[in-house]
Amino acid sequence: MLYAILCYDNEDIVTAWTQEEDDAVIAKLSVVTEKLQQAGRLGPVFRLLPTTAATTVRKGKDALVIDGPFAETKEQLLGVYIVDCEDLEEAVETAKDLARASSSHGCYELRPLSLYLPQAPAAP
Amino acid sequence: MTDLVWIDHALVGARPQVVGALLRYFRDLDMAEEAYQEACLRALSHWPRNGPPRDPAAWLIMVGRNVTLDQVRRTSRQQPLPDEDSLSDLEDAEGPMAERLDAGEYRDDVLRLLFICCHPELPATQQIALALRIVCGLTVPQIARAFLVGDSAMEQRITRAKARISADRLPFEPPGAVERLERLGVVAAMLYLLFNEGYSATGEAVADRLPFCDEAIRLVRLLLRLFPAEPEIMGLLALMLLQHARHPARFDAAGNIVLLEDQDRSRWNPSMIAEGMALIDKAFRHHRPGSYQLQAAIAALHARARRAQDTDWTQIDLFYASLEQAEPSPIVTLNRSVVLAKVKGPEAALALIEPLATRLDGYFHYHGARGAYLRQLGRLREARVAFDRAIACARTAAEAAHIRQHLDLLEQKAGLAD
Repeated sequence: MLYAILCYDNEDIVTAWTQEEDDAVIAKLSVVTEKLQQAGRLGPVFRLLPTTAATTVRKGKDALVIDGPFAETKEQLLGVYIVDCEDLEEAVETAKDLARASSSHGCYELRPLSLYLPQAPAAP
Repeated sequence: MTDLVWIDHALVGARPQVVGALLRYFRDLDMAEEAYQEACLRALSHWPRNGPPRDPAAWLIMVGRNVTLDQVRRTSRQQPLPDEDSLSDLEDAEGPMAERLDAGEYRDDVLRLLFICCHPELPATQQIALALRIVCGLTVPQIARAFLVGDSAMEQRITRAKARISADRLPFEPPGAVERLERLGVVAAMLYLLFNEGYSATGEAVADRLPFCDEAIRLVRLLLRLFPAEPEIMGLLALMLLQHARHPARFDAAGNIVLLEDQDRSRWNPSMIAEGMALIDKAFRHHRPGSYQLQAAIAALHARARRAQDTDWTQIDLFYASLEQAEPSPIVTLNRSVVLAKVKGPEAALALIEPLATRLDGYFHYHGARGAYLRQLGRLREARVAFDRAIACARTAAEAAHIRQHLDLLEQKAGLAD
């Protein structure tokens, strides 16, 4: 089963990291992702720009375009890992590995995928 | 990242909200600042033991308020000392408190704080000094160093600003929608000023003032979260990000400024550029261009060019023309002439700036640019006069040295011609 591991954290804090702090967090996380990669379990990984760069298109006959994310919450979706896991148990273990590596205070939400189209456009 | 580093970020990040809320409660800037600092001290001992609270700002507001009230009671001796347990037992009250201080209330607290510092009655130097102290939490010596004045002079400046604010009895009520939008422009301008305090630093001042850039970016992010549909605020954030992205390439090993066209572009920060580009895209969809958006669009075109010679000068010239219309100023025209020299040649550039001669007579960059155009046109004698005038107007040794290089080149050229 493919799982999406959604990374939620407080954007005000994460965007205030200095480049050095950010690099340190990414370096620690990449230890975990390299292990997943070697096991052939890692799909695409992406990090999102802050919600200030977000645009929302509301569904409807005349689609409404709104600035910002659909809901204002204390924690924001900052990025996604796609990981191949045997079951939820393994997905939880993987997320725990990431959580230990990040030692920030957000959370990971695990969502099984029902459709997966991995063809990727050029990197940003 | 250690817990302490996380706590430090949480405390600094919550500062505007917390000081704003405490200010609303106590109506006294000094008291609000002290209460915030007390609350931070408690957080440093409380959070590592009990884990971070769900909402750091709400926690700090409540603790800051309780501690200060407690001190007031202690000094007035009207009530017996409360036992320490009741003070530190915050878990129960924290949830409802966090709910009560909803997003709407926060907005106005943060704004009120920024707006008080941007009070139109205060001189600009006091506005920015007060904002650096209250909103950004910089220390008096840090601010004094940035403004090249003594600690006591800066302390006085801030004290005077505070006294003026309490004497004027500024209204603490949230401003109405129209008033708020009007003041938003002042707040944005103050934050851009703060950014430029950091960005324009050279030499030894860079290390001290660079944090101003990060702080300004953090605050504009906050402002944009409060006004998510304001294209000029998107533009301002984009402008800051695109300029700040160049920082790693802006100075050589000796600390001298490297001009834009000579910078090693592979050292520009790609994620800041990506975010800046996304924001300017988003802003332009509103079809309400303004000066921050146009400046950001120009910066974006520089960021898009992988090599200096790939720069789309024609498009940059069009944006400059719009900027001249949106915000007519001799400085903007002078900057545009640099672009025009690339697109149409030095003759057109010279024609554009000749009418500015009286207004910019004391301005270093005017004579420097004029000298460069004259040299390109082969009018060497006039070029030398312009460069001499530029050296006379230079404010720093680095500026004068830069022009002397031009003069040396001129001598070589003249030697060849003779």
